[in-house]
Amino acid sequence: MNSKISAAYFFMAPALTAIFFFFFIPVIAAFLISFTDFDLYALANFSDTRFIGLKNYLNLFQDPLFWQSLKNTFYFVIAAGPLSIAVSLGAAILLNSRLVKFKALFRLTYFIPVVTTLVAVAIVWRFIYHPRFGILNYFLGLFNFHPIDWLGDPNWAMPAIILMAVWKNFGYNMIIFIAGLQNIPENLYEAALVEGANSWQKFKNITLPLLAPTTLFVSIITMIGFFQLFAEPYIMTQGGPLNRTLSIVQYMYQEGFRWWNMGYSAAIAFVLFFIIFIGTMIQFKLRKTSDLA
Amino acid sequence: MMLKKAILYTFLIVTGLITLAPFIWMLSASFMADGHASVYPPRFLPDIFTLEQYHKLFISLNVTRNFLNSLFLSLIVTFVSLFLNSMAGFAFAKYHFKAKDKIFNILLSSMIIPAQVTMLPLFLMLKSLGLINTYFAIIIPGLANIFGIFLIRQYALSIPDSLIEAARIDGASDFQIYRIIILPLCMPILVTLAIFTFLGTWNDFLWPLIVLTNDSMYTLPVALANLMGEHTRDPELMMAGSVITIIPVLLVFLALQKYYIRGIMMGSVKG
Repeated sequence: MNSKISAAYFFMAPALTAIFFFFFIPVIAAFLISFTDFDLYALANFSDTRFIGLKNYLNLFQDPLFWQSLKNTFYFVIAAGPLSIAVSLGAAILLNSRLVKFKALFRLTYFIPVVTTLVAVAIVWRFIYHPRFGILNYFLGLFNFHPIDWLGDPNWAMPAIILMAVWKNFGYNMIIFIAGLQNIPENLYEAALVEGANSWQKFKNITLPLLAPTTLFVSIITMIGFFQLFAEPYIMTQGGPLNRTLSIVQYMYQEGFRWWNMGYSAAIAFVLFFIIFIGTMIQFKLRKTSDLA
Repeated sequence: MMLKKAILYTFLIVTGLITLAPFIWMLSASFMADGHASVYPPRFLPDIFTLEQYHKLFISLNVTRNFLNSLFLSLIVTFVSLFLNSMAGFAFAKYHFKAKDKIFNILLSSMIIPAQVTMLPLFLMLKSLGLINTYFAIIIPGLANIFGIFLIRQYALSIPDSLIEAARIDGASDFQIYRIIILPLCMPILVTLAIFTFLGTWNDFLWPLIVLTNDSMYTLPVALANLMGEHTRDPELMMAGSVITIIPVLLVFLALQKYYIRGIMMGSVKG
């Protein structure tokens, strides 16, 4: 029995050691650093660091650029999240229809953006959004729309990034929804048909409620992923114009790795963690209350 | 019924084409000569087919090195983490002792912590070890990961205990059980995890951007982002760069998509 336990530890030790030293220790260290003034000088000599209590966090709340990055990131999550989930669900329902053949081919097509390198597709989209030569404005022009300076106009830059993010990500949740739909027993729909329910009633009274656990899972992973927005604005707008696409992670990156304000940057990282944590809790709570109703 | 079908197919085909349009344009523009993708109205096919952009990338810009960096790092991280994660996943599934569930629950609940939180201290750690701008800076944080352990554990749970007991009676050591019974039976999930890790490492951007500081060490995405800074007016060149970055991941995915898709479904249904 004892030798079994030591064998178990032997198998776990390499992975757990790596995770302990390169994940848990850094998390704790980041928490501690967020209460210090760790900066460029401390980088040269670690003993130059002073404990400054909550000052980084207090400064954050008076930092207009931080508020801007919060606002932008929430805008992104609140718009792109539900939109991409809706598109995913729509695609999943269509592909689950008995009328459709070549399901695997369509599924593959919609899924391709998910696996492709984000930096590469962000560069492609940057040219697609080009105000003069971009193919998007060209197509819109065919329908008599005026050209839009997608990435240069402060009001259009975030919607442009949202559109690109929805395109890039909907395939992932689509796969999860398809798995969820296949778990719904067919006889429920047959019974509804007998009682004369129309498609919308079937969707509202059977599909949506039975998909609820899947939807919760999808909403949480989508939200967690979208709060970490970085590469899209970094490549497409560098956070501009007028900081209107500056995200929390990009601000953290700039403060920490461009200006070496690492104490401040660690505080930003923890605010991000806190937001994600609260967001997850809220979704679980909402789910529970709707279960009771 | 016929009409409904026709509408459905038209819709699927049109949205499918819209989904693929950026890739089609990327591929087409990558074969155009300088300046040919910056015209109005846009050209959808190159009027002169040329490989000069690829030639520039591989010969004068030496992207070959970045390509090999990406390939090497993705392969190394995949193999090492597969080994560590599979051993741990097996132990969490098939050994029973008090502390196990506690450790596993701590691991699971810490999956909510975003990686960005760890980046500053990790950077400082690697810096004090002199490992910034080396391959180790990418490999070390990728040695093991919680999601991988979780995925393998879920799969290994379905392997019957009787198989392991029988091997033990035959005198197999614990490591032999892992190597001869667990690894072969876990092959499908190992393939799944290998694709996840390979694509994840290949596509990763923020961390390599932080720890790789020199052109010759850059992975492809970092090299591409860097190139973008100097070539904002050269869509043809940048599209060729995007093509060579995307092709390897696309090939891996197309060859093994069954495993990838199954992995997503598994992570969601049991998660």
